[in-house]
Amino acid sequence: MPVPDFAVPATPAGRAGLAGGGIVAVDELRAVRTRAAGAVRAIERAFDRVFGIAANPLRQLGGVAFDLFWLIAATGAFLYVFYDTRADGAYASVQGVTDGAVFGGAFVRSLHRYASDALVVVVVAHLVREWAYGRYRGFRWFSWLSGVPTPWLILAAGGTGFWLVWDSVGLFVATMVAEWFGALPGFDPALVRNFLDADAVSDRLFSLLIFLHIGVSLALLLAMWLHVKRLTRPRTNASRAVLLGTLVTLSAISLLASAPLPPPADPSQVGGALALDWFYLAPLAAVDAISPLAVWAAAGALTLLGAAAPWLSRRARARAPAARVDAEHCNGCERCFADCPFAAIEMAPHPSGRGRIAVVDADRCASCGICAGACPSSTPFRSDAHLTTGIDLPDLGVGLLRDALASALGAHAGVAPIVVFGCAHAAGAGTEDDLVPIALPCAAMLPPSFVEYALRLGARGVAVVACPGDDCEYRFGSRWVAQRLAGEREPRLRAAAQRERLRFVEAAHEDLIALQAQLARFRHDLDALDRLQPAQASAKVPQVSTESSHVTVH
Amino acid sequence: MSRSTSPVFRYVGQAILYALFGAFVIYFSSSPTYRHLDDDQGLLRLSFRHPGKVATDCRKRTPEELAKLPPQLRTEMECERERSPVKVRVELDGTVLFDRVYEPAGLRRDGASSGYFRMPIPVGEHEIRVQFNDDVRVEGFNHEGARRVDVRPGQVVLIDFVEDQGGVVIR
Repeated sequence: MPVPDFAVPATPAGRAGLAGGGIVAVDELRAVRTRAAGAVRAIERAFDRVFGIAANPLRQLGGVAFDLFWLIAATGAFLYVFYDTRADGAYASVQGVTDGAVFGGAFVRSLHRYASDALVVVVVAHLVREWAYGRYRGFRWFSWLSGVPTPWLILAAGGTGFWLVWDSVGLFVATMVAEWFGALPGFDPALVRNFLDADAVSDRLFSLLIFLHIGVSLALLLAMWLHVKRLTRPRTNASRAVLLGTLVTLSAISLLASAPLPPPADPSQVGGALALDWFYLAPLAAVDAISPLAVWAAAGALTLLGAAAPWLSRRARARAPAARVDAEHCNGCERCFADCPFAAIEMAPHPSGRGRIAVVDADRCASCGICAGACPSSTPFRSDAHLTTGIDLPDLGVGLLRDALASALGAHAGVAPIVVFGCAHAAGAGTEDDLVPIALPCAAMLPPSFVEYALRLGARGVAVVACPGDDCEYRFGSRWVAQRLAGEREPRLRAAAQRERLRFVEAAHEDLIALQAQLARFRHDLDALDRLQPAQASAKVPQVSTESSHVTVH
Repeated sequence: MSRSTSPVFRYVGQAILYALFGAFVIYFSSSPTYRHLDDDQGLLRLSFRHPGKVATDCRKRTPEELAKLPPQLRTEMECERERSPVKVRVELDGTVLFDRVYEPAGLRRDGASSGYFRMPIPVGEHEIRVQFNDDVRVEGFNHEGARRVDVRPGQVVLIDFVEDQGGVVIR
């Protein structure tokens, strides 16, 4: 059967028709990433079954990281009250907190420590997840790049924290950091002599360390703020269930196993087993066991690779054209401004002098089409031969979507078909004869009026297939289209629309069988409906142009 | 399209997964222990910051040279600022462990030389001999110190150079 192809491969870069990296290393890296994405998704699905999608911690790692930061800040403020910055008082003050001189001190110190450890775990998991899903290139370059320094800032803040205790681990941190920096040109190689003798350690050192510990933490907060700056409604908190689970877990382990306090620093004695915190101090162990320059080389290479990742392949550099605003058709309603998930749209004075107009920041634009789906002028019932909307994708406009739909339904022979508007990132609809699948960059590109339009053109039903809410490639697409179709968000599907002939389905890319089952059920429901109420004839097909070189028929 | 699961399975599963996360955090927050040194080792550390002697002798300027200088710079003696590199040799029980030259810091090589070196040494009694040369005009070494130490496990033997304390310090 003829299936219209709205010419939407899975990625914007792919839409541009460009070949991938071209060098073997990049291809291999892509293969590794694809396998990693499969593994991450499988783990996420398993967690979904246990936690439910809304309470799955793996789906809100960024929010968990923010919550952990605030927990660390609050417990750190408590510990700071009792901390003595004198060289001979630092350890004693921490010992006092740990030994019960301060009510709840051991618990709070343990919570501070374990929350800091959990932060490393969560941030690394977040980084791996986003990398595996390919969310580091194209319009996401800024969010990725601004995230690159955060692991180093976390390690720096944590490292100074261990130093402050001035126990045997603190001494290890001090000497290894001095050796590490001392190996760099421009630094004094004998920097470490400041910690080799108890008399060399001054009170001012600990005041400086407190300043560094807090200062680096504030720099981390700044980096985290920058990291989410290009997102609309960034998720800077975990859901209540995840927050509760995290707090209960950290509290429980703080009660069950208080953070250890090794013996005080003694520069004349360095032997014995050190209870290192591997989340923070693994690089310093490598400085000791391998060499400072090797650790610098590894750290520098990782940082450079991370920073360059968004631009490492031609595929990564290729970007689909950004959405464009048509001044004549933009009435300044702000729906696209409200719905854009990446803060790529701003409102400015309209050039005509009347009202305002949407302005697209091409660098931020994901080319997802959510804005086009939000535009009130994106209605297929308009009589214009060439449908022009207020905001649209240049190569995949709403006008082309109307043409593709009309063309496919016009060419369809036999029983009235079911039109399946599907997100290109979600499960594909299959090739049954009674289906007319039309792929969109995001399900939210679909203006709700297209549902009625498809029914008017002769479709017996319309299925809209989106990614499961939290899987949406463009963050809010699934949520917005669900709300629009439910009449809860502008532009709403009209109340008079035949909702019984509409089915909204959330199906992730790998949920093919589940989608087929849903479509089979929909088909069955439509059969029952048709027995009661004959299928809509296509008597009222509006006169639309179906000319489009972009529409291909298989 | 997640499959529905029983509440019991979900709550037990969540408890297990959070417990595993907690156990992971606890374990790696202090385990496995790291050994800086083996049980039968001490640590020898050399650390010093010392400006070598000025590399060249001062010389008296001729009247012609003085006349060419601006009035405020007409000092009779001309002294170069470059300092001598510091040469260090450490012997343990007669075996040379370390022999290295540390260049003076600064673009004009007029700063102090700094050095740091560490090496595990076996526990037990050792004769440690340390030699320094901070003057290019001297052949061999112009500072020396030696000490017999009984190194215990984990003990740090620190070698420094403190001119006020007679030069080489081993403690």
